[in-house]
Amino acid sequence: MSSKTVETLPEATVLFAGDSGDGMQLTGTQFTLATAHAMNDLATLPDFPAEIRAPVGTTYGVSGFQLHFGSVDIRTPGDEVDLLVSMNPAALVVNLDRVKAGGTILVNSNSFGKKDLSLANLDSNPLEDGSLDRFRVIQVELTRLTRETLKDTDLNQKQIDRSKNMFALGLALWLYSRPIEPAQRWLETKFARKPEIRDANLELLKKGFHFGETTEQFVTRYEVTPATLPPGRYRAVQGVQALAMGIVAAADKSGLPITYGSYPITPASDVLHALSRYKNHGIMTIQAEDEIAAVGMAIGASFGGALGITGTSGPGIALKGEAMGLAHIMELPLVIVNVQRGGPSTGLPTKTEQSDLMQALFGRNGDAPMPVIAASTPGDCFEVAYEACRIAVKYMTPVILLSDGYLANGSAPWLIPDPDSLNDFEVTFAEKANATEDGEDVFHPYIRDEKTLARPWAKPGTPNMEHRIGGLEKADGTGNVSYDAKNHEKMTRLRAEKVERVQQEMKPLEIFGDEDADLLIIGWGSTRGAIEAGVTRALNAGHKAAAVHIRWVHPLPADLGEVLSRYSTYLVPELNNGQLVRILRDEFLLPFEAMKKIQGRPFGPSEIANKIAEMVG
Amino acid sequence: MSDNDSNKPEGRKPTLPPGMGQPSGKKPTLPPGTGKPAGRKPTLPPGAAKPAARKPAMPPGMKPPGGAPPPGMPSGDGASGLTRADFSSDQDVRWCPGCGDYAILATVQRLMPELGVPRENLVFISGIGCSSRFPYYMNTYGMHSIHGRAPTIATGIKASRPDLDVWMITGDGDSLSIGGNHIIHIMRRNVDLQIIMFNNQIYGLTKGQYSPTSEVGKVTKSTPFGSIDHPFNPIALVLGADSAFAARTMDRDPKHMKTILKQAHEFKGTGFVEVYQNCNIFNDGAFFDFTEKATKSDRAIFFEHGKPLTYAGGTKGLRLNGFHLENIDLESGDWGVDDCLVYDETSRELATILARVYWREDLPQPFGVFYREDRPTYDAQVNDQVQSVIKRSGKGSLEDLLAEGDTWVVG
Repeated sequence: MSSKTVETLPEATVLFAGDSGDGMQLTGTQFTLATAHAMNDLATLPDFPAEIRAPVGTTYGVSGFQLHFGSVDIRTPGDEVDLLVSMNPAALVVNLDRVKAGGTILVNSNSFGKKDLSLANLDSNPLEDGSLDRFRVIQVELTRLTRETLKDTDLNQKQIDRSKNMFALGLALWLYSRPIEPAQRWLETKFARKPEIRDANLELLKKGFHFGETTEQFVTRYEVTPATLPPGRYRAVQGVQALAMGIVAAADKSGLPITYGSYPITPASDVLHALSRYKNHGIMTIQAEDEIAAVGMAIGASFGGALGITGTSGPGIALKGEAMGLAHIMELPLVIVNVQRGGPSTGLPTKTEQSDLMQALFGRNGDAPMPVIAASTPGDCFEVAYEACRIAVKYMTPVILLSDGYLANGSAPWLIPDPDSLNDFEVTFAEKANATEDGEDVFHPYIRDEKTLARPWAKPGTPNMEHRIGGLEKADGTGNVSYDAKNHEKMTRLRAEKVERVQQEMKPLEIFGDEDADLLIIGWGSTRGAIEAGVTRALNAGHKAAAVHIRWVHPLPADLGEVLSRYSTYLVPELNNGQLVRILRDEFLLPFEAMKKIQGRPFGPSEIANKIAEMVG
Repeated sequence: MSDNDSNKPEGRKPTLPPGMGQPSGKKPTLPPGTGKPAGRKPTLPPGAAKPAARKPAMPPGMKPPGGAPPPGMPSGDGASGLTRADFSSDQDVRWCPGCGDYAILATVQRLMPELGVPRENLVFISGIGCSSRFPYYMNTYGMHSIHGRAPTIATGIKASRPDLDVWMITGDGDSLSIGGNHIIHIMRRNVDLQIIMFNNQIYGLTKGQYSPTSEVGKVTKSTPFGSIDHPFNPIALVLGADSAFAARTMDRDPKHMKTILKQAHEFKGTGFVEVYQNCNIFNDGAFFDFTEKATKSDRAIFFEHGKPLTYAGGTKGLRLNGFHLENIDLESGDWGVDDCLVYDETSRELATILARVYWREDLPQPFGVFYREDRPTYDAQVNDQVQSVIKRSGKGSLEDLLAEGDTWVVG
């Protein structure tokens, strides 16, 4: 049917960029869905401004969605962009430096008027002044073609113009030989009650697809064959979705009701949105009046025998600090989710960063350590959420779960897990006296389990187990208020030792890359994909390197010291000003080199590969 | 100077703030005891020869044999078969001798057996401050949490465990200052629990700074030249936050306190009870006008739903004149009981008018249930919603959820 040449690519990176009102996130999401259907491996990077509707046409109102897909192993949203779809000059200006030399730029040529150029602070038209000579530029009259297509509908001009992203989507789907059906099905469901809008969008999608076929601007069409992923059933999943499902899995496997208290904050609100739909899975959600109330409600629920969870981002953690200390000293299970964003203060609300690690480790008054677990991929958020819940209950401790904006909003294919494969999650409530006092059987809430050092969890409603807990230091065993000096030291050490014992839950560390290398890269959290892709490139270029990824940032894995002893140089890449690197230096007194990126964006594999080349090349 | 010396309160009453002697009718910001000669000392030494001396809730070493109710008090044997002693924990009560907190603790311990609630279903949640040590002294489940946050913890436990009988203990600083945000939100949500707010108009545990209910002009360690903060009127505050049940009582009238607490407990929703509580160390006599024999009858009015507003042994009353309450003399022959306002605790308008009778020279301070509104509780609704979703969509299956949406098979 096609007269075009088809070129097969191992991988490609596409970036949709436009005004925040242009529907770029939606376009990107639909392209992702089609790519998942094409069975490619993929990774995405939605990148949008903090303003909901920034002034039209400005550079600070540009919203982007980057997608990297391939038949090969895809670990990051891509270093350099092969195709930039730019809806206006501002989107072009903001994203031009991400397009690889020789890459393709598809622009809406109707949006390069004088006013559009001036809004993007351009003195001349880049379509005419030669500044795009390095690229292949395809000018499409998106606005005119959209208006033409919909001229016979009853939609008004604004509605028509807002639909042009569907034309662009159709065209991009054609260009990379993606199936059009998933987007069609989505539109049919989404606008089932608005037939006019539905039909207009379906028409544009199709027109865009056909336009690629007929226009002479494209001589080549690309295809990316399915990736060789491990066998099984897959779906595309975003980090927030996976995290929410991990919490559901914890409720399901433990039989514990879960109370999720949260105050809306970017980029953690989507966890609340997702969980609020899962009421029939035993999840109660409460939108609290503030961050402190959100954690307080979770603590109250845990005291009552449910599992309390609270979710937020860095600024919210700052507010919850005192309550987290309370949960620590009371020794109640609690999970605190931090979907990190650029800081400090309000910082960069919609951009990603790993700069709350120190806050997670030390951000409370007193000695109040708690286990800290970090997710490394969107799909990993599922397992990490489940483990955080399990450890919180098993060790009767608050657990901090670190995700970030990149993981939360990013998508990846996900091998749907078998619930039976998850770790056992048994819960035992104390129902009987555990001590004698003056010849009477009594319950002492701070007598510990030998293996985990966890205290018993007796829930209100259980006869003869009445007890009081609180923020004051308590006497070992009885839990009565105690100001005794030696007791305080003992209790502080016991609580810390209990957290250390979470080490016994960890699997041995795995080394990625060349085990015989001199250089070991130590990463944590969402940098895993970039680090491992970077190591792969380095190895292909003949540079020896290995990488180890830390899931539990506190306590550190018991075998980390032994692993480190096998190498002689160390690199610690982080999206912050050097946090894990300080912990490692303190713990192991080895010459760790920091690699810092603080731009609100994830590492690209080439940055890692270049750094490796610099160190070992 | 020893620690104890430094803990001593200022030896004098605050000088009267500007604005004293305003025309009556306008809500003045007057310190307690205004209208009396300035500097007048309370006539009654706290804790002396008064009911307080018989209370078992006593400092260590003063514990009388548990259980015996004082004369005039109903025996502790309630529907639960428990007695007052069953509700005393084994911990020494560490409040200052003579503190009004003892009377509140004793009253609550005395009330518990009458409620018919199994002891294991009772939960006391507090914040920080003198009052918030309360849960340690109750032999029930309890939590002494962090400053101002008790409403959030109480909401969390009641929402997830609606079967429990939750009581929240707080003070004027805990609930109206650091916890101000949470107190208004628990009111609007109408979580089914009881809040006992000990109002002593001072910060006790931090050794005597003015509180958000302290009168203007209050001289304290942090305000050596007098406080300039306008005080909150707690009942008016919670009514403004759409409280569904708001009442006031006092430490020196345990009988009234018990009646009010019982009503708060019977109420389905947030039963807010403000208790005037004497801090004999840092704010001694703050409420003596209303609580002590010599002046109580004239300066306090104990009102009840469906009854006319009379006081001073029935010799005086309050009538509604437009939107204002005014004092009428029932002995002069000009007015009768029929002229007095018959109180309706379900009227938001009357509650608003009566709540604003606050430290008035011309009117007595009201004690009783200001407002009661039956409306759905938060805990019931949040659980109903869960149940209705389960009813509609069935109990969720984890496997189905994981495989939701578009999926594809590899291999």
